[in-house]
Amino acid sequence: MKYMLIMRADERAVEAYQDMPFDEVIARMGAYNEQLMKAGVMVGGEGLSEADEGFVVDFDGEEPLVTDGPYGEVKELFNGFWILEVSSKEEAAEWAKRCPLGPGSKLEVRRVTGPEDFPADNEWIQKEEGWREELGTK
Amino acid sequence: MTDATTRRPPDEAAARRAVAAVWRIESAHVVATLMRMSGDFDLAEEMAQEALVEALEQWPRQGVPRNGGAWLTTTAKRRLIDTWRRRERLDERYRALARDLEQQADAPGYDPDRIDDDVLRLVFVACHPVLSREARVALTLRVVGGLTTEEIARAFVVPVATVQQRIVRAKKTLGAAHVPFAVPERDEFAERLGSVLGVLYLIFNEGHTASSGEELLRPELGREALRLARMVAELVPAEPEAHGLVALMEFTAARFPARVTADGTPVLLADQDRSRWDHGAIARGRAALARADATGRGRGAYGLQAAIAECHDVAASVDETDWARIVLLYEALGRIAPSPIVELNRAVAVSMAEGPATALRMVDDLAASGALRTTHLLPSVRGELLARLGRGDEARAEFLDAAARCGNDRERAVLERKAADAVSA
Repeated sequence: MKYMLIMRADERAVEAYQDMPFDEVIARMGAYNEQLMKAGVMVGGEGLSEADEGFVVDFDGEEPLVTDGPYGEVKELFNGFWILEVSSKEEAAEWAKRCPLGPGSKLEVRRVTGPEDFPADNEWIQKEEGWREELGTK
Repeated sequence: MTDATTRRPPDEAAARRAVAAVWRIESAHVVATLMRMSGDFDLAEEMAQEALVEALEQWPRQGVPRNGGAWLTTTAKRRLIDTWRRRERLDERYRALARDLEQQADAPGYDPDRIDDDVLRLVFVACHPVLSREARVALTLRVVGGLTTEEIARAFVVPVATVQQRIVRAKKTLGAAHVPFAVPERDEFAERLGSVLGVLYLIFNEGHTASSGEELLRPELGREALRLARMVAELVPAEPEAHGLVALMEFTAARFPARVTADGTPVLLADQDRSRWDHGAIARGRAALARADATGRGRGAYGLQAAIAECHDVAASVDETDWARIVLLYEALGRIAPSPIVELNRAVAVSMAEGPATALRMVDDLAASGALRTTHLLPSVRGELLARLGRGDEARAEFLDAAARCGNDRERAVLERKAADAVSA
């Protein structure tokens, strides 16, 4: 089964990272990623750039509203994720606990759904499988 | 999940699952470290198992320690010291060993600078050629993969006692042969690595097409083999065949979701819903094959098989598959790793590229050589070719012959259905 480890950081964590030498941050994350690789459980992952480079599309109103920058009132920002192939929820938790993060950071751990979670005969599910194939994101 | 597992004594079942999770991640490190310290595989494995038993007793009551891996290694080390102490009376030299070890018993669980080397040594020992194939498989899953004897027995549909016996016997054999805890020397490295990769591929294949029993697929076993193959590839990153094997497994596992229907009936490649193939796995397979190629040492048998699997995985249908390329790849494979199975597969590829008549001659030559007499594969392919040539009665006889030789219930049912269809054709 696959689990996604989603990194969330609040202001404290962002500030702490700014105080830390970039090389050190990279080295610690690199060592963690290497552990995941060497254990054979890493199947994917990406880091995200600064939130102010991104934007938000809000669906509260009648028309979707695009606003620049981070999420306004949201206190925690997503800044990266891993996808691990493990044998149990507990194994995912064990790996998550080893992540080199500090105060102000959280890892949200979610199971990645597979075809078995959805009715196979649904027309839209089948179409989605096709899109994923074309996009190579399956 | 709440973090109860680290803060207060959790409920029994959750703690046991937490022990299993830590064990799965750490067991190879624990055994490898103990093996380096003791130089004795049997003892190292036994002490590691005792540490596991102790964790199962303690963690549910006291909570899971923050660094479970270090806890297991330290506990196993202490057991080793105790064992040596008991032996002191028998042999002087254990006194010194026990004393030395005790001085560093509270040091970190394992030495991160050495652990990769130690795990690699462990892998080579578990797959040592003095062991039978069954023993290599059982030992690798147990000491490298961290599976329990029960899990191995379930995966291979054999009694627990059989697996236990295999492991006990294997450990005795390693001791009797004085197998050193070492990475093989240069002159035998390639052959020994071949043995390691062969064991992993054997495990994968048992998950990919179960050789006996009711279920065709045992995906857990396939996934475990893939995890171990990724591990080994990271330990020997300059070896193209290690990456080639990872690629082959990824490309093959990519088709798992479409290989059986909901009730477990196998679906032939031609009939599989290709939109259900796992394209993430295909992408990982291509990345692994690229790493193999980047070593600049050419493709070996696994790399070539991976390239063949890739041809299938990227094709939109059987008709649109690059069969001419597959024929070429099988020719290359047949030269570096000649086998009747490769020849049979080449014949299938030729039948798709050039038509069934040429392929039937190849298969007949194979049959005349007496190869593949005991499996269902040759008559199954021959039946297919005869059916395509419109020779229904002969095809039917071949399919029935194949069905009679097939050990997997699901596959046999498919062959029987083909036999029935061949007559009506």
